[in-house]
Amino acid sequence: MKEQIICAGSGGQGIVTMGKLLAWAVLKDNKFVTYIPSYGAEQRGGTANCSVIISDIEIASPLIETPSSLIIMNSASLDKFENRLQKGGLLVINSSLVDKKSERKNVQAVYIPATEIAEEIGQIRTANMVALGAYIGKSKIIPIDKLEESLSNIFSKAKKELLEINIKALRKGEEIGKRS
Amino acid sequence: MKNKILISGNEALAEAAIQAGCKAYFGYPITPQNEIPEYMSRRMPEEGRVFIQAESELAAINMVLGASASGVRTMTTSSSPGISLMQEAVSYMAGDELPCVIANVARGGPGLGNIAGAQGDYFQSVKGGGHGDYNLIVIAPASVQEMADLTFTAFDMADKYRTPVIILADGYLGQMMEAAQIEKKAIQSIKKDWALTGAKGRKPNIINSMYLADDALEKHNQKLQEKFQKIKKELCLVEEISTTDADIIFVAYGTSARICKSVIINLRANKIKAGLIRPITLWPFPTETIKQAALHAGFFLTVEMSAGQMVEDVRLSVEGKAPVYFYGRMGGGVPEEEKIIELVEKLHRESK
Repeated sequence: MKEQIICAGSGGQGIVTMGKLLAWAVLKDNKFVTYIPSYGAEQRGGTANCSVIISDIEIASPLIETPSSLIIMNSASLDKFENRLQKGGLLVINSSLVDKKSERKNVQAVYIPATEIAEEIGQIRTANMVALGAYIGKSKIIPIDKLEESLSNIFSKAKKELLEINIKALRKGEEIGKRS
Repeated sequence: MKNKILISGNEALAEAAIQAGCKAYFGYPITPQNEIPEYMSRRMPEEGRVFIQAESELAAINMVLGASASGVRTMTTSSSPGISLMQEAVSYMAGDELPCVIANVARGGPGLGNIAGAQGDYFQSVKGGGHGDYNLIVIAPASVQEMADLTFTAFDMADKYRTPVIILADGYLGQMMEAAQIEKKAIQSIKKDWALTGAKGRKPNIINSMYLADDALEKHNQKLQEKFQKIKKELCLVEEISTTDADIIFVAYGTSARICKSVIINLRANKIKAGLIRPITLWPFPTETIKQAALHAGFFLTVEMSAGQMVEDVRLSVEGKAPVYFYGRMGGGVPEEEKIIELVEKLHRESK
């Protein structure tokens, strides 16, 4: 098993957090993982992406040429990465901010209004967790509770309500991912 | 994977330096290594040690020179353009015989270049970036774990041979996160009776690289060259993967070596016998390993994130006994597995 995921969106959407959280969870699940962020010139409103590789065996190259999965949080990122997705790959799209369908016919596309769902939950900034949840629900790459464990490492006890709302977003996403 | 943590290459290197007993860190910000000074600014004061954000790279490396002269383990880190600025003091330290660790989390060049990972600084590191006859020990990690482990090695080698050591990484290795374990190792303590520790009750020590008397500088150079020869004899780190039966041998270091490992898995699945020689010390270079492999290999392919620098040392090692080809990308470009496979299949067909 070798899963190669690129998470992409605009700066401020929590793209890097999404990738890191996934990487931590994979490590907790005792698999090999590498994570590389796009770095340096990123800023709120600019583009941001990161690469996560999950494998049962030691990972040789940490760089992704053709991803097996994409988590796309805005339109510009769909244009940038769509063509690189492997045949039969998984494409998770935040349909709240991406107003078009993918042109790829040979991939599995999951459209989820992540931003709207996050707003309903009460914290628009958890859209990244909704999308990540949808990816986990569909791919079943790791158990969702490993991600919850990682989340509880990020938020201290003082930020209990933030932890709860992030877990809620993750769960909601997973539920939709499973069904689609 | 128990006891391992997920950590970036930059942070792993920084924590390893602390565990290796680095008493003073001096640096100046530059992407893609900013996580190192950031980490050090928090951790060094916690340990009661020195952290200084200098006013420039020149200041930082000269502070390293001073700290090293006083006998403590010391380090600076930067990225390509910053390392270029430091070259004067690096040459001084080689002449002064002062140990230190310099990490170059290299980026695309020449000039200000860009912030992507690159390997265009091989010549600068290995052939002497500053003036005069000297070599630096150059160590090239290829994983986050090695960013930590080889930092310990770097401090030990610097002290053992009284010479600056360069850790030549790249932006990807610095930014990447992987599982790693940073062990608390026993620090090899070497008595530094040459250090400037206050001369009360003894003859003063002098740290100097200027020798104006007749023959004095040549004598000093001869002494330095003897040391470099000794290092060449005693130190060489290299990893070999599937080379024993290989028709095609890749030579690559750092991130490029990781890409070659992926390519080898692919080629072997297609019944093409490929192997890898990965120099871990770029100086001393694993000449003997490559020379031996040249006796049975069909051809060599050197892969670098540069216009072709290390390939010159590969050719010198092969001594014309087998063809040596090159594939590289420049300016922060990353060699693509598919392109390498295509090239190997073409060369393999032609060599039959």
